[in-house]
Amino acid sequence: MDTTRFGPYGGRYVPETLMSAINELSDAYSYYKEDSRFQAELSSLFKNYAGRPSLLYYAANLTRSIGGAKIYLKREDMNHTGSHKINNVLGQALLAKRMGKTRLIAETGAGQHGVATATAAALFEMECEIFMGKEDVERQSLNVYRMRLLGANVHSVESGTMTLKDAVNETMREWSKRVSDTHYLLGSVMGPHPFPTMVRDFQSVIGREIKEQIAEAEGRLPDAVVACVGGGSNAMGSFYCFIEDPQVALIGCEAAGKGIGTDSHAATIAKGSVGVFHGMKSLFCQDEYGQIMPVYSISAGLDYPGIGPEHAYLYETGRASYVSITDDEAVEAFEALSHSEGIIPAIESAHALSHAVKLAKQMGQGALIVVCLSGRGDKDAAQIARYRGESLYE
Amino acid sequence: MNRISDAFSGKKAFIAYLMAGDPSLAASAEYILAAQAAGASLIEIGIPFSDPIAEGETIQAASERALSAGTRLDGIFDMVGSISGKMDVPIVFMTYYNPVFVYGIDRFCATCSEIGICGLIIPDLPFEEQAEAKQIAQTYGIDIVSLIAPTSKERIKEIAENAQGFVYLVSSMGVTGARSQISSGLESFVDEIKKHTQAPVAVGFGISNAAQVAEYAKFADGVIVGSAIVDIIAKGKFEAKEKLQEYIKSMSEPLRR
Repeated sequence: MDTTRFGPYGGRYVPETLMSAINELSDAYSYYKEDSRFQAELSSLFKNYAGRPSLLYYAANLTRSIGGAKIYLKREDMNHTGSHKINNVLGQALLAKRMGKTRLIAETGAGQHGVATATAAALFEMECEIFMGKEDVERQSLNVYRMRLLGANVHSVESGTMTLKDAVNETMREWSKRVSDTHYLLGSVMGPHPFPTMVRDFQSVIGREIKEQIAEAEGRLPDAVVACVGGGSNAMGSFYCFIEDPQVALIGCEAAGKGIGTDSHAATIAKGSVGVFHGMKSLFCQDEYGQIMPVYSISAGLDYPGIGPEHAYLYETGRASYVSITDDEAVEAFEALSHSEGIIPAIESAHALSHAVKLAKQMGQGALIVVCLSGRGDKDAAQIARYRGESLYE
Repeated sequence: MNRISDAFSGKKAFIAYLMAGDPSLAASAEYILAAQAAGASLIEIGIPFSDPIAEGETIQAASERALSAGTRLDGIFDMVGSISGKMDVPIVFMTYYNPVFVYGIDRFCATCSEIGICGLIIPDLPFEEQAEAKQIAQTYGIDIVSLIAPTSKERIKEIAENAQGFVYLVSSMGVTGARSQISSGLESFVDEIKKHTQAPVAVGFGISNAAQVAEYAKFADGVIVGSAIVDIIAKGKFEAKEKLQEYIKSMSEPLRR
């Protein structure tokens, strides 16, 4: 079996200058994955530093207002640094430390992954360099300050579209310059093998906890698990331990931006096609000549022109389904949860919530839906205010 | 069709890279012929890509200019086809994998063989991922050129044993772009590679001056110059021909001695 792939998707499409680093990482991960001391240390970090397990919260008010299926929220927003990103970051930073690396580099879009990486670098006393598109640096000045406060250097990337995909390009270029002491801490279930598998494994704590917690609360499996998908790490982490439970519907929600009928979306599954980019064979938003297209979403975390290869495979085999949610729908859900439960969700997570609300009506009473609330929405408040016409700036 | 081996027969090869469509496809056609006349023994034609992750700033910028000028793959094929009758030296494409994959590997290679392209250099297609493309390219007589990097170490044997056309030895880590220093220790890499293959070895990345050429030519079969040439075209735009030829002459002459 080709362990670098999920069906036809995945692989290691990187320059030769990176192959030795990729293989070294692959070997190290295979080893430490089975190492009980490594796993024990990671569990301890999850518990004592990240604050795991995160709660599985029954959203009674929201459920009542819809009058359909019961909606549970997996509260990844309550983790340290405010999102699921910390799970993967702690795993990879610990691995990098074991490998003798002293320097972490990472891409970031809105800044959540950059902040999480800078946090781990501070904790493990490692050097940290974050690459962020110039547009995002300007839009997310608060997160840029946070990263600097945590001791990271933030590089503004001025190539290409100056957003997340260009930040990934630049981080790969930086890694190819300096592999011996540096680990590229990739933020999602994407890129060359072993990243999609490794990031999924570190994030799969989300799904394992959901399974235990819902069993305790309801005595059974959920009927559906819903999560937002950019690269797809919180979704893969939520889905993974339910893949062998066919009665559980797995639904990924991608960003339809201004609508999938327009040019302004980031709906890779709905509108993309098979290609090879950022080290992996997967689905991408691209033109007929294989040039990667600019994408758009109100949510910087979903604003990526590709999707992790395991999602492409789950889609192709029909084990998971994918829907697209517009900016408008996501903003409505952002406001609805804030009003009904006193929980401000990340605008990314609001995409999943929006679909869960539709689904709860369809499925009706007696059904159980778990939504991965992947992050908290404080970071989005100013932007949503502006979206609603209030001139609020951070 | 000219073969890659022609470039190395009886001499050291000077390999010139330029970006198709920068500043226009017509200019690229003129510059390819000019490079040949000035002494280039093999020409790499770059296909612009939206996200060239192995390139430094010079070639990134050329790629962006070519795409902004409206350069499309079909146009590049037409341009190459229009000059292939005048080419006495082999020509290859340097392209990222996605444009090949999305166009269709078979369709891409079929077109290449029609227009006289005899090889493909694909920086994001390492040895482990080459099977799919190699199988198809082979049926059209097109070589897939492999790269070897300073970090390749235990991978050298396998890559070299399966080398087609020539081996592209990356002189230093990182991305493409002119550097003034001479990388040390490359000679032992070339020796190691030659233990496993008959294919010629050419050194590329960071080569811009005659001193580097003279040094690398002592042990390698050829040198590859990209960013320095792209930079001359970037500065001269539609009037770069003279400077381009002057530069290629001065760089390639030491190789003929």
